[in-house]
Amino acid sequence: MPAKASRAAFGEALLDLGARDERIVTLDADLSKSTMTAAFAKKYPGRAFNLGIAESNMVGVAAGLALTGKIPFACSFACFIVGRFETIRISVAYTNANVKIVGTHVGVAIGEDGYSQMGLEDIACMRALPNVPIIQPADELETRQAVAYAVEHAGPIYLRLTRQNLEPVCPPDYRFRLGRWLALRPGTDVTLVATGGTVFNTLEAARRLDEIGISAEVINAASIKPLDEEMLVRSAAATGRVVTVEDHSVSGGLGGAVAELLGEVRPTPVKRIGTTTFGESGDPRALYAKFGFDPAGIAATVTKFLGR
Amino acid sequence: MGDVRLEAIARACRVQIIRMLTHAGSGHPGGSLSVIDALVAIMFGRLRHDPARPQWPDRDRIVLSKGHAVPALYAVMATAGYFPEERLITLRKLGSPLQGHPDRTALPGIEAATGSLGEGLSLSLGMALGLKLSRSAARVYCIVGDGEIQEGQVWEAAMSAPKLGQPDHPLDNLTVIVDYNKIQLDDFVAKILDLEPVVGKWQSFGWPVLEIDGHSMDQLGKALDQAEATKGRPTLVVAHTVKGKGVSFMENNPEWHGKSPKPAEAIAAIREILGVSEPAWEEYLRTDRTTAALVTELRALEKK
Repeated sequence: MPAKASRAAFGEALLDLGARDERIVTLDADLSKSTMTAAFAKKYPGRAFNLGIAESNMVGVAAGLALTGKIPFACSFACFIVGRFETIRISVAYTNANVKIVGTHVGVAIGEDGYSQMGLEDIACMRALPNVPIIQPADELETRQAVAYAVEHAGPIYLRLTRQNLEPVCPPDYRFRLGRWLALRPGTDVTLVATGGTVFNTLEAARRLDEIGISAEVINAASIKPLDEEMLVRSAAATGRVVTVEDHSVSGGLGGAVAELLGEVRPTPVKRIGTTTFGESGDPRALYAKFGFDPAGIAATVTKFLGR
Repeated sequence: MGDVRLEAIARACRVQIIRMLTHAGSGHPGGSLSVIDALVAIMFGRLRHDPARPQWPDRDRIVLSKGHAVPALYAVMATAGYFPEERLITLRKLGSPLQGHPDRTALPGIEAATGSLGEGLSLSLGMALGLKLSRSAARVYCIVGDGEIQEGQVWEAAMSAPKLGQPDHPLDNLTVIVDYNKIQLDDFVAKILDLEPVVGKWQSFGWPVLEIDGHSMDQLGKALDQAEATKGRPTLVVAHTVKGKGVSFMENNPEWHGKSPKPAEAIAAIREILGVSEPAWEEYLRTDRTTAALVTELRALEKK
C-alpha cells in the first residue's frame, strides 16, 4: 500500500460504509474538501450537511441528529472542532449522543499554515471527558478499521486524523480493537509508544537505535483512550523505561496518559516526546526535525534518556 | 374550556415548582415560573408523546434549552406521568435523577442535557432534521431564555435553521419559544446586554416571528397552531412573560432568579398562586386537604 493521509483513508472508508448504512450522515463547517468528506457529500447529497463556518452549531446539530437515530460524523480541523469544547462537553458527551467527532490536520505536521490551524491540545481536552474514546490511526489500513469501529460503537467517539501521508505500519491481517495496542517491533531496553503520524518515524528511530546497541520495543497506540494497560505494563516491566512519541502537547496527550497510568500501577521512568511550545509555519519535514519527531530526533532523545 | 383546564394544570405545576425548590434549598424560581405556562400549553395542549414509552421514535420532543428552569419541566413531566409526583422533592439531592439541570441519561423523557446556555437550539435543529430525514411527523419544541440568546451559538443556529434541510427537508417541524421575561442572573436584560429589537433580529435571519403574551393559554395555543401550520420554515414565538409570575414578591425581581424560597415564603407563594387572600387562608386549608398537607410538609422544613 502506498502512503496515504488518514483523512483521505477516512473519506474513502466513509463512502463504503455509507452505502451499507443509511444512518450515516456527515456534517462539515466549510472544510469538507480538507476533511475529505466532500466525496461522501457528492455521492449522498441528502445525507451531507455543510453548516458553514459555525462549528459550535455543527456539533449541536450532530447531537440532535444522533438523538433521532442517525450516525453523524461531525468533521473539522481538530483545533476548530475540539475548540468548541463546551458544546462537545454538554450536547455530545453529557447527553451521551452517538456523535463521531472527527478532527483532522493534527499536529505540527500540517506545516506551512502554522500554529492556529494545528491540533495540539485536542487529546488533552477530549481525554477529560469520561465517556469519549479517542482513536488515532497510524496508517490507511488502521484508519479504515477505526472508522468502521466508530460506526459500530454506540456513543460518542473522537477520531484524530492527519493531513500528511502515512506510510503503512500495520500488517495486512491487523484488526483494530478499542483498548488494544499493536506491538510492531520487539525490544528489551526501552519501550517506545507512538501514535498516529509519529509511528513510522518511531519505527525508523528504533532501527537506528539497534545499530548503536539499543533494543527498543515499538508500540502503535491507536487507542489513546482507553490505553492498553495490559500491554503497557507488560512492556514497561520488561524494559524498565518508556518513551512516548506524539505530534501533540506533552501535557495531557498520550504521554500524559501513559505517565499517569504507570505512576499509579507500575512506576516507571517515562520520557514524553511532544510539543512544549506553540507550533509555527514551515516545511513539515523541517518542523518534524525541529520538534524532534524525526527518526534522528527520536533516537537522540531515547539515547539521552537511557544515559548512553 | 381547554384554557381553563390548562390554567388549572399550570397553577398546580407552579405550586410544585415552589415546593420542590423549597425542599432543594437552591434553584431558579423566577425563570421556572415565567416558562411554566408555555410548557403546560405544549405538554398538555398538543404534545404527541407517551410517558410509558419515552423512547418512542415518533414522539414530539421538548428541548428546554434554558435548563436552569428545569423545575418547571419536572413539574409537567410528573403531571404527565413520566415519574411519580413524590419524586419531585428529590430535586438536586444526591442520587436523584432530578439533577439541578437536565440530564438525559438520568431521567427518561429528558431529551438532551441542557443548562450550558446557547446549546439547545442547535440540538433542536439536529432533531428536527433527523425526524424529517426519517419521514417522521413528530415536532420539536425548543424553549430558549432571553438572556440565553446573548450566546453566539444561538445566532449560528438562528442563521442556519431557515436554510438547513432545504429544499426537501425544511425544518417546519420546529417551533422555538423565547421566554422573554426581561431578567437575567445579574440584572435586567436591558441593563446587561439589551436584545432589542428581538423580533427584527430573528426576522432578518429568515424566521417567521410571532409575538404573544406568554401567560395567555389562548395566545400560546394560537401561536403553536400557527407555527404548526407554517410550511417551509421553523417559527419563532417571542413570549412576553413576567419573571416569577404568580408570586407577587418574586415577580419582576432579579433577586429571585436563582434563590429558593424559605418555607414561610413558599407557603405565602402557594397561597398567592392559588388566589387565596391572607384572611381566607386558614379557612381555605380546611377545605383543600392536599394543600393543607403540603403546608404541613413545608412547615416541617423550617425545623430542619
